[in-house]
Amino acid sequence: MALNAMKHSLAELKPGEHAALIEIHAGKGALGRMSSLGFTPGVDVEMIQNYGHGPLIVSVRGTRIALGRHEAEKLLVQRAAA
Amino acid sequence: MTTWHSPTQEKIEIRTAESAVRTIALAGQPNMGKSTLFNLLTGLNQHVGNWPGKTVEQRQGSFRFEEHAYQLVDLPGTYSLTANSPEEVIAREYILREKPDLVVAVVSAANLERSLYLVSELICLPVPLVVALNMIDVAEQEGVQVDAAVLQAALGVPVVPVVATKAKGVKDLLNEVELVFQGRRILMPRLPEVTDEHRLVIDQVSDLIRPYVPGIYPVDWAATKLLEGDVEMTARMKALLPATRWMDAHAILLQHEDAILSIASGRYAWVERVIRAAVKRPRLGQVSLTDRLDRWATHPVIGLFVLAGILGLVFWLTFALGSPLQEWLDTAVVAPVAGLVSGWLAAAPAWLHGLVVDGVIGGVGSVLTFLPVMVIFFASFGLLEDVGYMARAAYVMDNFMHLMGLHGKSFLPLFLGFGCNVPAITGTRVIDAPAARLLTILVAPLVPCTARLAVLAFLAPAFFGGAATLVSWGLILLSLTVLVLSGILLNRLLFKGERTAFVMEMPLYHLPNPRTIGLLVWQRALSFIKKAGTVILVMSAAIWALSYFPGGTLETSFLAKIGGLLAPVGGWMGMDWRLTVALLTSFLAKENSVATLGVMFGSSQGSGLAQTLAATYSPASGLAFLVVSLLFIPCAATVAVIRQETGSWRWTLFNIAFMLVLSVGAGVAVYQLAVAVGV
Repeated sequence: MALNAMKHSLAELKPGEHAALIEIHAGKGALGRMSSLGFTPGVDVEMIQNYGHGPLIVSVRGTRIALGRHEAEKLLVQRAAA
Repeated sequence: MTTWHSPTQEKIEIRTAESAVRTIALAGQPNMGKSTLFNLLTGLNQHVGNWPGKTVEQRQGSFRFEEHAYQLVDLPGTYSLTANSPEEVIAREYILREKPDLVVAVVSAANLERSLYLVSELICLPVPLVVALNMIDVAEQEGVQVDAAVLQAALGVPVVPVVATKAKGVKDLLNEVELVFQGRRILMPRLPEVTDEHRLVIDQVSDLIRPYVPGIYPVDWAATKLLEGDVEMTARMKALLPATRWMDAHAILLQHEDAILSIASGRYAWVERVIRAAVKRPRLGQVSLTDRLDRWATHPVIGLFVLAGILGLVFWLTFALGSPLQEWLDTAVVAPVAGLVSGWLAAAPAWLHGLVVDGVIGGVGSVLTFLPVMVIFFASFGLLEDVGYMARAAYVMDNFMHLMGLHGKSFLPLFLGFGCNVPAITGTRVIDAPAARLLTILVAPLVPCTARLAVLAFLAPAFFGGAATLVSWGLILLSLTVLVLSGILLNRLLFKGERTAFVMEMPLYHLPNPRTIGLLVWQRALSFIKKAGTVILVMSAAIWALSYFPGGTLETSFLAKIGGLLAPVGGWMGMDWRLTVALLTSFLAKENSVATLGVMFGSSQGSGLAQTLAATYSPASGLAFLVVSLLFIPCAATVAVIRQETGSWRWTLFNIAFMLVLSVGAGVAVYQLAVAVGV
């Protein structure tokens, strides 16, 4: 998948970084689950914990959510003004 | 009738039947303190069962408040009302089909934005709604303040602040409910708006499906669910609509496949508007309690040590406190009861005496002595879950679980399995993906439960004396290694290495609630006692009969014959017919193997039995016996629950066969190896 210079995968964010969610690539069931948890286009996502391997923790709409790295890689984000 | 898409809903009529029992449904997302509120209102007047035809727990209870009887139904905790799992279908079907008189939505002040998402769906249903704003204390601890009055004005339905863990605000909540019932609260709910584009699509779909939608569903609502790609509603309408009409509807839906995202965005936009004025956020840079604790608890390396430390502590507590209690129950309660009954039956026929004293009291009684061990284990587990730690355990174990094609969530039921495999298998309900859930069920019986650990704790010193502790730890490690290898193998062979998404909420840490934990333990204990009184009772009697008839002695019994038939297999593992029979009786309940050996060696006293066994069997035979005991087929109760949860005899039998091959294979390997190295 060709990534636009502006788009990154959520998994690339470092702890403390904020980004706006742009695209969610997930199966239909996962899409429904993730959107009800607050992952909708445009929402602000903050990386809470990311050690570069294994699962990571983000904060979305005031809730901490653990994501598998594989799931996080399928969420495309745009970093907040650097 | 209801124009749910308009900014405000018409006033909702309350059905007022003065004397009748009022039914209230309790709705809420997971981790909102919904169960705590339910327990607080109903106390012990509650009934736990399953929703009809589903493997989802159903809790109902009753209470009285100011001259009125209330029936409280605890709906499954769900993040939305769109069918991602059976839980959502149950929650919405209950509201639409059973029409409770009122719905109380439990939301968390500490998680307001996310928790109001469900409210944005509930508020569109034709039922009166009252919002219980829970966990104000947790929110304050995180620096968040919520103004309930402002929220109420924005939502157009009553909002009552409560702290369920401290029983605060519950009376206010019930007073508000009472006002709604008396018609003295006018509900003017403000509903989420629908974008023009979607309005058009929803209208098109509505027109197509209108004549065919069952009366209980608002047509617009059904159309929205279709647009959201709701699996259950899609299947339902596909079956109800004539084929050509469905094709038309389906064509429209296909053009808007991603509609779920904009619908969800619309609901969240509504939530943002509702909370804008009501919530004061913490100052930036404030480090919350959860952040501080998670630095350790979710660290990829330190987190594992934290988990290991906590697990060690739980086991230490369970056995240091539980084992003496178990022994006490055995010697101070079960033995005297057996003696007493034995006295009463002195004149009865020998078979009746044997059936009651050896079969029923011996079987059921010895199983019941496990109660303290289980209570302590489940109380520890309940505590860890209630404070919010278990999600962290799942998180740090995620990498490891990937080895088996599973993810972190599967660790929770497996951990529960150390207490008892039965709740472990029902506990797999937390896993979203069916394949991952099935795989977790298949490996769960390999977790050594308290009963097997107790057998190990009794027999290891008999066979190995001073080396017992080392051998015991080695065997537990072996059994967990076998579990992981089995998981890897089954995942490759049966599930073709399928992987499932790991998405899990990490709840905020909060102080435990003794009532919640107490009720959890009480329910587990109750179901264990019920099991002892039914399945185990019948099986005890049956096994006893096999061990008594036709000759009246064990040596000439059917059981001995079965043991004799299996002797060749036993021989490869260095086991004689008595050890083989002991193993067979462990199918009834794992700890039975010790009781059976006790019967066969004519010794009811623990220490005497240990010495006899040490003198009779070589350490190699003992080792093989312990290995097979740990890995042997699941006990009868576990088999029953595997059948219930998988809904399939094929998988149940596969599971039994798999573990039979595994345990015998491991037994033979260990024995032959031990003999080869000269143990």
